[in-house]
Amino acid sequence: MPENNNPVRGAGSSSGPRSLVSRLRQGDEIARLITLLFAASVVLIALAIVYQLWADSALSRHRFGLRFLVTSVWDPVFEQFGALPFIYGTLLTSAVALLLAVPLGLGAAIFLAELAPQRISTVCTFFIELLAAVPSVIYGLLGVFVLVPLMRQDVQPFLKSTLGFLPLFTGPAYGVGFLTAGIVLALMILPFIISVSREVLLSVPRDQREAALALGSTRWESTWRVVVPFARTGIFGSVFLALARALGETMAVTMVIGNTPQIAASLFAPGYTIAAVIANEFTEATSDLYLHALIELGLVLFLLTFILNGLARLLILLTERKGAEVRA
Amino acid sequence: MKRFTGFALALLALGAIALAQNSLLINGAGATFPYPAYSKWFDVYHKEKPAIQINYQSVGSGAGIRQVTEGTVDFGASDGPMNDEQLKAFTEKRGTEILHFPTVLGADVPTYNIPGVSAELNFTPDALAGIFLGSITKWNDPAIASVNKGVNLPAADILVVHRSDGSGTTYIWTDYLSKVSETWNSKVGKGTSVNWPVGLGGKGNEGVAGLVKQTPYAIGYVELIYAVQNKMSYGKIKNSAGVFIKADLAGVSAAAAGAAKTMPEDFRVSITNAPGKTAYPVSSFTWLLIPARIQDAAKRDAIKGFLHWMLTDGQNYAEGLAYAKLPKEVVVKELKAISKIQ
Amino acid sequence: MMTSRINPRLLWRKSLSAVMLSLTGVCAVVAVSVLFLILGYLVIHGGRSVNWDFFTKLPAPVGELGGGMANAILGSAKLLALASLIGVPIGLMGGVHLAEFEGHGIGFVVRYAADLLNGTPSIVIGIFAYALLVLPFKHFSTFSGAFALGIMMIPITLRSTEEFLRAVPLALREGALALGASKSRAILTVVLPAAYRGILTAVLLALARVAGETAPLLFTAFSNRFWSPGWNQPTASLPVMIYTYAVSPYDDWHRQAWAAGLLLLGLVLVINLLARVVLLRGAAARRS
Repeated sequence: MPENNNPVRGAGSSSGPRSLVSRLRQGDEIARLITLLFAASVVLIALAIVYQLWADSALSRHRFGLRFLVTSVWDPVFEQFGALPFIYGTLLTSAVALLLAVPLGLGAAIFLAELAPQRISTVCTFFIELLAAVPSVIYGLLGVFVLVPLMRQDVQPFLKSTLGFLPLFTGPAYGVGFLTAGIVLALMILPFIISVSREVLLSVPRDQREAALALGSTRWESTWRVVVPFARTGIFGSVFLALARALGETMAVTMVIGNTPQIAASLFAPGYTIAAVIANEFTEATSDLYLHALIELGLVLFLLTFILNGLARLLILLTERKGAEVRA
Repeated sequence: MKRFTGFALALLALGAIALAQNSLLINGAGATFPYPAYSKWFDVYHKEKPAIQINYQSVGSGAGIRQVTEGTVDFGASDGPMNDEQLKAFTEKRGTEILHFPTVLGADVPTYNIPGVSAELNFTPDALAGIFLGSITKWNDPAIASVNKGVNLPAADILVVHRSDGSGTTYIWTDYLSKVSETWNSKVGKGTSVNWPVGLGGKGNEGVAGLVKQTPYAIGYVELIYAVQNKMSYGKIKNSAGVFIKADLAGVSAAAAGAAKTMPEDFRVSITNAPGKTAYPVSSFTWLLIPARIQDAAKRDAIKGFLHWMLTDGQNYAEGLAYAKLPKEVVVKELKAISKIQ
Repeated sequence: MMTSRINPRLLWRKSLSAVMLSLTGVCAVVAVSVLFLILGYLVIHGGRSVNWDFFTKLPAPVGELGGGMANAILGSAKLLALASLIGVPIGLMGGVHLAEFEGHGIGFVVRYAADLLNGTPSIVIGIFAYALLVLPFKHFSTFSGAFALGIMMIPITLRSTEEFLRAVPLALREGALALGASKSRAILTVVLPAAYRGILTAVLLALARVAGETAPLLFTAFSNRFWSPGWNQPTASLPVMIYTYAVSPYDDWHRQAWAAGLLLLGLVLVINLLARVVLLRGAAARRS
């Protein structure tokens, strides 16, 4: 990798490091400065976003302080704003999504990494990665016209009749609500879990598997008790990444969640997430405090995803490093 | 890479040049309540004056008020008149006044979807308040059943649907409920966006109509034309004279009749729960919100021209879309008020 | 010699293994079939509604039948073109700097910022673009929408440019420099062209990602009943139209939403496939 402090000498240069003038004349310094400018602009934009979120939520932060995070009232008429119902909705739908997507995704990843013949694995992975490209609004479209009626007519009544004794499955069957939003999110994060888990599973050194098999374990046991635990950190990383993605999902959720800021025990109840309320109410926040409260919600969401993303990358890095160490 | 850049630049030029025609684009946003009328008006007006394009986005009265205050749209529209605070905020931000121009009269109707019940239901003010407060939860509750003898109401849960966005339709509905129910007035109040005790939210009149249409046992409130266009059932409401009235043009006009004579200069008035035997209780004017001073001369003339057209020819389209025409006295006053736009 | 008696525990373990492994196969089948389900629904419901009117007509007044989404299609095209013009150069140049000129730890900061941008929810980016480009200029505009989308294209472009540039063999670089080229000349004429395919792939993938984004457009490009002249007016776009039409109660609008969904998904998938083809061709060329 060429570095600035050890330039390879070009023909016609004087002996020793090239002088500034010579570099300037040949356009290198200019190129460096121009590209530096662009690189710096990336940092500038990121900082500007954080600054704007902070500054434009000032009214709300000063009025409510940290209480904002634990108040569950959202009342534009009496100007009382609290983030709790939205934080609850965001976390609940993401939790449901993970509960559904992780077993399914991990299972598929195991199949693709351990069992499937090379060609099937490649073809399937290709399709699954295409799934990751499907836009949120398309999921929302299918959610509204296909999933919601299905939930309302078949799934929710079924759950109510079989598991209705649990507070999770009580209440009228609207079709929209936490459960439906969770299912849509699960479908959206599934490809991420599968592709990242598959990668980390593939990076587990062969000898681990073979040692287990040599000791007499079945295929399943070697996979479940040796390979997966080895890749555990990376799989957690993929889960965190998927979670971070689920938290920020806007369109699909707002089309199927029922748009009601409330904290309810039942999964059938309509709810709201941070991203959905911003999308619905941003252009119409009639008072400045209202607008600042919405932006403060945006700040909360930003911080949540920021922390999760950081954790995720750390975990994935740790697994891959572990694999490399063992291999060495 | 070069080909891509070249292609992109060509598209850029194309977009800028080829479509920068002579037409004047005016942007407006706001109420979904009159959207069927407005979209028809702007379409017809564009056909009459092809150089003027009025782009109206039905995003809710709350957004209409907000965006016209910020100046990101040239005019707004709302079914709830701006209150004094909002008027002040506008003047502070934009250095001029905001003018209200009534356009049509409409009605909020209680629309419902009860499988097996096709009859028109009667609703008392207390029943409606109770349903939306969440104190009345079943369709066969005595408060509803007692005024609907002969109708077989099921013992099913009532699923309430309201607006999730800032809405003038909500303003009209909550304004009415605040007048007829002290509990509602103190607990929830009136506004374009309120803290609903129960129910789920749909976006726009369109969203609420869509939800009620698809959800059995649901009840919601929408502008009359939305229930009619979608062939949904809607009920009668008992007015202040004790008569059960179904929303129609006559009922709405009757509600406006009294107010027409005493219309204030700024046209901000509420006609919910109006007196009169034939008045429909949840009626309202709806307004265009126009800044008193418009810098761009072309836009100013276009808007004034449209307002004039709206008050004369435009009114003829209203009834076809189930909106009531403005009372004559109001039209006269408004035509004079157009000159206030500088 | 093994006893012929079957060990029940072993039998249990073997059956469990078979069952669990088949379950994982089922999981994979489910995952893949979701894609085909989505495609299937869109084709069946949307296919019928994609007609000539859809591509050529403007939306009709509310409640009336007919009309199309011609303005939304052009609007999306304009948004994407401008977004690329904003996001790609920044990402590209930034990536070049990180790969070729890096020093003094700026690489870490820039990469971190790019990751931050990547992880930022698109609605938050919409808020930013609104505050920066809509409020001060008192205009919803194609430009502000494209700006929001462009920001979202930066991280992928930057990371991939850096990766693919770093992957160019040292021999190529040194050869260029040995022949007397200055560093910037070498980058421009030798290194970048060598990494060109990978970078193009990344740009296409970034484009596919923002093509379907709706949330940031809601308060930047807003929407428009008519054609949007130039870059300073609100514009209709496919994703926003899908959203608006899908939550309405009009059946005709639902029909059009399906058609638009099919068009949008088709666009996104085609761009994705194109990206992969480019990458594969590049790999093949390198091998031969």
